[in-house]
Formats: sequence, structure tokens, C-alpha cells
Amino acid sequence: MYARRAWLAAAALAALALPAAAADTPGVTVSEIKIGQTMPYSGPASAYGTIGKAETAYFNMINEQGGINGRKLNLISLDDGYSPPKTVEQIRRLVEQEDVAFIFQSLGTPSNTAIQKYLNAKKVPQLFVATGASKWGDPEHFHWTMGWQPDYRTEARIYAKYILKEKPNAKVAILYQNDDFGKDYLIGLKEGLGDKAAKMIVQEASYEVTDPTVDSQVVGLQSAGADTLVTAATPKFAAQTIRKVFDIGWKPLHFMTNVSISVASVMTPAGPEKGVGIITASYGKDPTDPRWKDDAGMKQWRDFMAKYYPDGDQADASNVYGYGVAMTMVQVLKQCGNDLSRENVMKQAANLKNLDVPTLLPGIKINTSPTDYYPIQQMQLQKWDGKTWVLFGDVISGEGS
Amino acid sequence: MITVETSRPAAARHYAGLSLRTWRIAGIAALLAAACVLPFSLSSYHLFQATQVLVYAIVLLGLNMLTGFNGQISLGHGAFYAIGAYTAAILLDKTGMPYWATIPFAGLVCLVAGFLFGRPALRLEGHYLALATFALAVSTPQILKYKHLESWTGGVQGIIISKPDAPAGLPLDSDQWLYFFCLIWTAPLFVVGWNLLRGRTGRAMVAIRDHPMAAATMGIDTALYKSLTFGVSAMYTGIAGALGALVAQFVSPDSFGFFLSISFLVGIVIGGIASISGAVFGAIFIEFVPNIADQISKAAPWAIYGIFLIAFMYLMPMGVAGVVRFAAARFARLASARRPG
Repeated sequence: MYARRAWLAAAALAALALPAAAADTPGVTVSEIKIGQTMPYSGPASAYGTIGKAETAYFNMINEQGGINGRKLNLISLDDGYSPPKTVEQIRRLVEQEDVAFIFQSLGTPSNTAIQKYLNAKKVPQLFVATGASKWGDPEHFHWTMGWQPDYRTEARIYAKYILKEKPNAKVAILYQNDDFGKDYLIGLKEGLGDKAAKMIVQEASYEVTDPTVDSQVVGLQSAGADTLVTAATPKFAAQTIRKVFDIGWKPLHFMTNVSISVASVMTPAGPEKGVGIITASYGKDPTDPRWKDDAGMKQWRDFMAKYYPDGDQADASNVYGYGVAMTMVQVLKQCGNDLSRENVMKQAANLKNLDVPTLLPGIKINTSPTDYYPIQQMQLQKWDGKTWVLFGDVISGEGS
Repeated sequence: MITVETSRPAAARHYAGLSLRTWRIAGIAALLAAACVLPFSLSSYHLFQATQVLVYAIVLLGLNMLTGFNGQISLGHGAFYAIGAYTAAILLDKTGMPYWATIPFAGLVCLVAGFLFGRPALRLEGHYLALATFALAVSTPQILKYKHLESWTGGVQGIIISKPDAPAGLPLDSDQWLYFFCLIWTAPLFVVGWNLLRGRTGRAMVAIRDHPMAAATMGIDTALYKSLTFGVSAMYTGIAGALGALVAQFVSPDSFGFFLSISFLVGIVIGGIASISGAVFGAIFIEFVPNIADQISKAAPWAIYGIFLIAFMYLMPMGVAGVVRFAAARFARLASARRPG
């Protein structure tokens, strides 16, 4: 009798609690979690669209395995053509019309800038934005926004750390693209070199994306007497730089941004032999690297690709990237348990401890805290040997002050 | 190929006991009433889309004046849209001017910019003008990123704008107010456009398009009319750009790519060249069809968009406004046929 009454009371309580819970957890039902996203499926950045498809495929896999706590993940991924006003429109549709629980992995720096204020005002989590800019880890001003990959400044600080250790008397030159991407490297490099920056950096040169070549900048940097070069250039200009540095017989210790290390679009056009010795930093496993042929994590990824995203290109690092971020997202949702309120989703995203994602380089872990909104801040250096990138040294942390 | 809604002796015709003029006024009144009820029946997202339609409608009317009525092809109206948007954004950001005061400034800046651009462009006809305006469109995003302008334009980062709140005392939320604010601009601009295009000025513009030499012989100052049309067209676009910036709450160089200019041209062709009401239909097309295309196929949204475009052109060679006019004429003929006698 007593037991039965308790059961009834519990049921009544549950009945009371359910609608209340539903009211302050938009996008969440007993059987589903609705997630929103914008991706450039069309337009100038459409090559990245495959990230959204890989993530959708990953969530499909999770759903097939029974979802998270019995809830299926429903990712609504909309095209914004990489145009910020369109992103605003699509995000409003997702938040106001589709009633999604949160926004996951919207791609592009300008697009995310356009929606950041809106999402923070509405208190909708803007999780793991797909951009490398440094401004996404600012919990003090933007509690609801978080990045994922190492940002450009972190990367530049890692190069600075290496320079200070291996070549403390270096004369450093930097070539950067004149926009927020390039300037982040300049800032990060100066931060990393600290009070020695003014003395060590002998020359800064920038170029515009509209410039036909960077030849004159490269020549100028060489004649300034630099023996170390940090290049923060997008692929086309990176290839030009590598070629020009080689052609004028300059042999600096050359650091290349992680953005421009693709074998197909940078190293091969530049001439693979011309780039020997170039150093870059990396955090993820390269799907074309034979080293990971029998790696358990990459095998897991290949099986996933074969089964859930068979149209996807297995040589495209974007698909590895999407897999890793989606896995991080699933971990956050698992940590949330049954409290899928926006507040708790954000709290758990800022509470990732030593998360191991099998597509990241060994030793690199994901860590966040309420004051640290940069999930990945470790990288490992690698050197171009004329055929492939070879990892060396230890995992370096680029955490800023 | 291009037809104009010629002003018929409207008062002479009667349908169902009412003159055509009365019908027309009733139609416009109904439309306005519907536009006023809209914000209270739509969700805020759909209202946001409706607001964008209003903004695009202003652009398309402006572009139609230039391309439809005056025969000057512009592939560069995205540039004027950007200038208007940036004028408003910079004024809001740097001077703290109230948002409503920035709109006339944006219009004025674009009027001058358009007039100045139209002046040398007078020497360019047809395809050559199209290329010159094309240059304007492709260079705009890069000029906005130019480092010496960066302290004003914010470079690639753009400028974030706060959403205006409804004036105290009005029982509206900020989305509803923004819609009405755009409507307050759209409606008079259409009335002005209507008067301009239906009167002496409009006839002069059309005459220049159809036969520039004959128009000059008739005593029309073609140079002045052409550059003024350019200026007014740019002014409309600039005002829309400023309103668009308030709606999107953000301006950045990537917002004003070349594709935007093409969208505007698509809008006037789909809506109906040299048609005032066509501007609204065109605006609806460029706002909604890309979304529909995206829903049909994620893999090739622009292929679907292309199919829509071809279908519209094939089925409605005179644009949507042409079909509406045709249907109205049919209906009128039926109505007058039923009349005894």
C-alpha cells in the first residue's frame, strides 16, 4: 500500500515536472534533441560543406546506436552561402522557428560574428564554432560562445616558444595576410616572444588578398637580414612564398601556418623539394599520412566513413575534423544527463576534462573550464621532408596568459 | 520586348460599376492594410523575412528605374547597397547618431555617389556600362577591407549594430517595430517612384531608353536625365542598404559580394522589367527561392535555383507582374462582357 502510494506520488511528480522541464529546455523532448547549424553548402567556401555532412552522418550513427539517453539527435543544417546576412536569417529560423536546443559548428568567422550578439542575448549556446579566430574564447563577454580547434594565436605562440628554445638569437621576419587571420599570428607571435619581441622581430610585411604575388615582400624580408620566417598566408600565397624563398637562395628557419599545409594545394604547386625543412604545427591526424594507416582511431574513422558517409572523400581532412567535433559534442550531451537546458549544455561544454578524441594526435586532450573556452590548445610540430610531414618533439601547449 | 504599363484613359473604363481607378485604389488600400496586419499574425522569424522583402523591394524599384525604365544595365547595385549599409553603420558606430537619422544620410551619400558614377558612365552604352558597373560590384568588398579605411569600416571584422527598440509607448516588440520602420520608408518611396515614373520624368526616361536620339531631338536633356536616374536609383538602393543593415544588425565586406548585385538583377527580371509592382514580386523571389532550393537539395542548391529561374523565365517571360497584369486584363474582359449591353 505504502509502496503503491509512493509510486503514485512519484508519477504525479514526474507528470508535473515533465511539462515544466519541456518549457525551459527548447528543442528537447523525451525522444529527440534538436540541434541547429549553418554551413556554406554553396558559395565561395562550399568546399567546407562536407564538414556539415560528416557531422550529420556521425549523429546518424549515434542515433542508430540508440541515441543519447534514448534521445535521437536531429541536426538541422542550413545553407548560408558564406554570406553573413543569410547566416543571420537562417539562425533566426533555427532559433525562433525550428526551436533548436542550441547551435553547433556554424562555419566562418564573419558568419559567426554576425550571430554572436544575437545568440548571446537569447542565451542560446553557440558551440564549437568552425573558425580559427581567437575571439571565440571570451566567456566574460560572450558566455554562450565557444570555439573548438586551436586558434591562430595559440599556434603562433607555439612557434614563438620553439624559437625561444631552439634559436634564442633568431632574427625573425613575419609575412602575414592583412586581415584578422594574419593579424592573429602577428599578435600571437609577439605575445609568445614576450618582451624580446621588439628585439627579435626585425621585419613585418603584409600583403592583401588582392595582391597578385608576394615576391617583393619576400625579397624585402630577406634583405632585412632575417634568418627566421613565420608565414601566415592562405594556400595560394603560401605556395608562392615557399617558391620565392627557395628561388632567391634564402634559407631561413621557416614556419608555415597550419592553414596552408595541404600537400595537394600548397606543397605540390610550390614544388615539394623547395619546401624541405618547413615547420608547422598540427593537432589532428592527416588522413593521407601513411603513418596512421593502422592507427586504431583512424581505422574507426574510416569504418565510419565507409558505412555512414560513403560519398565523402577519405582524403579530405575536413571529414576527420567534422568527426572529431561531432564526437566532442556527443560527449557534452552525455555529460548533461537528463538536464538538457541551455544553461547546463553550456556548463558541460565548459567542463570537458582530458577528453580523448581518437582523430587528434596522440597526447592532445580536450580541456575546458568556465574560464577557459579554448578546447584544444596543444599542438605538435612537424617538418616537411620533401614527401610528407614528419612529427617531431613533444606536444607543446600554447596556452596564453 | 520590354513593355511599359502605359497609362490608359483609366477613368473611362468601368468594371462592375466601379472605375478602374477606384479598383486600383481599393487594391492598394487592401495591400497596405494587409501589410499592417502582417506583423501581428506572423512569427518573429517570418516577420524578419517580410522585413527583408520590404528592403529588397526598395532596391528593386531603384534598379528598375535605371535598368527597366531608363535602359541602363547595372551589375553593380550591390555596391550602392553596401555604401548605404556602411554609411548607416559607421554613423551609428562612430557618431552615436540615432538609427532613424542615419537612413536619409545613407540615401544622400548614395545619391551623390550614383550621380558621380553616372556622369562618366554616360559615355558607356549597353554592355560597356554593364562591365563598368560590374567592376564597381567586384571591387566593393575589397575596398571595404582596405587597411586605410579600416578604422572606419572595421575591416574584415565588419561592424556590429544594435537592434533598434520600438519607441516608448508603442506596444510593439523590436522585430515588429523594425518591420513598421521599413514599411514607413517603403510605402512613400513607392509613391514617389510611382509619381516619378508615371509623369513627365518617367516618359522622358522611357524615351531615352527607346530612342535616345529622338529623345534628344524632342528637347530632353539626355545627359542630365541619365545621370539623375542613376543618382535616384542609387539613392533608393542606399536607403535600402541602410535599412538592411539595421535588419541584419551587422555589416561586413562578405555581406556585399558580387552575387548580391546579380540577385538584384534577377529580382527585377523575375518581377517584371519596367514594372513598379514587379519590384515586390522580385523581392519575394530573391528572399524565398534560395531557401526553397536549399530545402530541396543540400548538394546542389544553386542548380535547383537555376531550374526555378529557367522555369519562371519560360512560363512568365514578362515577369510575375506581366502575368498578374494579363490575369487582371482577362478578368476585366470577363467582367465587362457579363455587363448587359
